[in-house]
Amino acid sequence: MNVFDIIGPVMVGPSSSHTAGAVRIGRIARFLLNEEPLNVRIVFHGSFAKTYKGHGTDRAILAGLLGMLPDDRRIKDSLTFANNMGMSYSFATADLGDVHPNTVLISLKGKSGRELEILGSSIGGGRIIINKINGLEVNFRGEGHTLVVFHNDMPGAVAAVTHILARGCINIAQMKVSRSCRGGKAIMIIETDQLIDNELMMSIRSINCVTFAVVVPSE
Amino acid sequence: MLTYDSVQELIEQATLSGKTIYQIVLEDQSIVLECPIEVLIEKMEKNLKVMEEAIDEGTTSMLKSASGLSGGDAFRLKRALNDGKTVGGTVLDNVLIKALALAETNACMGRIVAAPTAGSCGIIPAVLLTIQENRNIPRSRIVMSMFTAAGIGMVIARRASISGAEGGCQAECGSASAMAAAALVEMMGGTPEMAGHACAIALKTTLGLVCDPVAGLVEVPCIKRNAMGAANALVAADLALSGIKSVIPVDEVIDAMKSVGKLMHPSLKETAEAGLAATPTARKLASEIYCSSS
Repeated sequence: MNVFDIIGPVMVGPSSSHTAGAVRIGRIARFLLNEEPLNVRIVFHGSFAKTYKGHGTDRAILAGLLGMLPDDRRIKDSLTFANNMGMSYSFATADLGDVHPNTVLISLKGKSGRELEILGSSIGGGRIIINKINGLEVNFRGEGHTLVVFHNDMPGAVAAVTHILARGCINIAQMKVSRSCRGGKAIMIIETDQLIDNELMMSIRSINCVTFAVVVPSE
Repeated sequence: MLTYDSVQELIEQATLSGKTIYQIVLEDQSIVLECPIEVLIEKMEKNLKVMEEAIDEGTTSMLKSASGLSGGDAFRLKRALNDGKTVGGTVLDNVLIKALALAETNACMGRIVAAPTAGSCGIIPAVLLTIQENRNIPRSRIVMSMFTAAGIGMVIARRASISGAEGGCQAECGSASAMAAAALVEMMGGTPEMAGHACAIALKTTLGLVCDPVAGLVEVPCIKRNAMGAANALVAADLALSGIKSVIPVDEVIDAMKSVGKLMHPSLKETAEAGLAATPTARKLASEIYCSSS
C-alpha cells in the first residue's frame, strides 16, 4: 500500500470497491487467461451480490476482462462492447462461504479453450486481493508486477524459475507457492520490482515442470 | 522507513526530526516507491487537478444520475449562497458545495479521485481547496497536505478499514473526515500532534455511522454524508488548532472504529438491507429503479 492507493485511484464512479476494484479483478483475470475470453461466468457474493446492479459491478468486471482500466470512461458501456466482441457472459449470486463481503468468482473460457477460475475480493479504496486461482490459495494483490507460474509440484521448480529471474536481474519483492497436494498441481506467485521481458518469459515457460506462466503487469 | 502501524509513529517521527507529517511521509514514500520526491508531488498535483475538474463538472450544471435519485444539489446550494439565503457563511457553504459537487459527479459515473474511497471522494478536496482559496494559501501547500491525509489514511486502512462493506460509513466518510481534518491542520501550520488530535476528533464524531445506501447506490445518503464529513472536518480542525485535545489517543480511536465496525450488523454494511435503505420510501425507489433498468 502506498499514498496513491489512499489518495487515488483516479477512477470512474460510483464506488471504489464495487466499480474500480471490480475493474481491477477483471483485468487480472484477463491477463491470467492470456487470451481473449469467449465465455464468462461471474458469481457475486455478499455485498457484491446484493448491490452489483446499482454499483455497475457487472459492467466493471466485464470492462476489466476487456482490458479497460478503472479510469476508462467506456466502463458504463462494457456490456455493449462485450456483445460486439462476441463474448458471452452470465451473472449470478451465491454464498461463497467465509470470504470477504465483496467477493467475486469468475470462470473464464478463452479462444483456444483454455479455462481459468479466479476468486477475488475488493477490500476497499479500489484495492483488491486475488484469493484463489483454479481453487489454489494464492492471495496476491497485483499492486506490482506479478509473475504467475502454473507448474507441477517437484523439487527444483522454484529454483529453476528464480534462477532465470536472477539471470535477468529481476528482484523478487514477495513470493508464495501453493499446491493441491504433494506432487500435484501448483502455482507460484512472484511479485517483482521489474517487469519481466518476453525472452525471460520464454525461458520460464520452457522449464520442464512449468505448464504455463504469465505476467500481470502493474497498472 | 515508516510502518504506518500507528498515527503516533507519524507524530513521533515528525516531531523528533522537527518536520511535518507530510514531509516524513513524502520522504518515506520516495524511498519505498523508488521515486524522487518531485515526481510524487507532481503525481499528487495531477490528482488535485482531477478533483478540481470534478468540482467544475458538479457545480456548473444540473447533473442527474442514471437512477434519477441524485444530482443538482451542489448547483442548488451555490445558487442559494449567491442569493444570500443560507446561514452557514461563505467558508462553510463553499466546503459543502464542493463536497456535494464531487460526490454527485461520482454518482453520475464521472471521473473522480478516490479519497480514500469513491463514496467519500468529496470530503478531502472540498475542505482543502476551500480553505486554500479563502486564505490565499499557495497551491503547493495543499498538495503537501494531501500527503498528510494519505499518511493518516494508510494507518486507518492498516489498523481498521476504509471499506463501507467492512466497517460501515464511519470507515469511509469518517476516515475521509479524519484525514481531511489532519491535513487541514498541517496546511494551516498546526503541529503533528494537533493533526493527530484533529484526526481523533473527526473519527470520534462519526463513530457508529452505518452504510445504508438506498437501492445499494452510492447516492442516498452518501452525497449528503460527504457534505457532513467535510463540515465535521472543519469542526475537528478548529478544535485541534485551538489546542483542544482528544482524551482518547488517536490510535485507540481508530481501534474503536474497527471494533464498532466488526460489531455492526452486516445489514448495515453496504448491503442495503437496513437503516435508510430499508425504509418504505427507499424500498419503493429501489423497486422502481430495478424495474425500469431490467
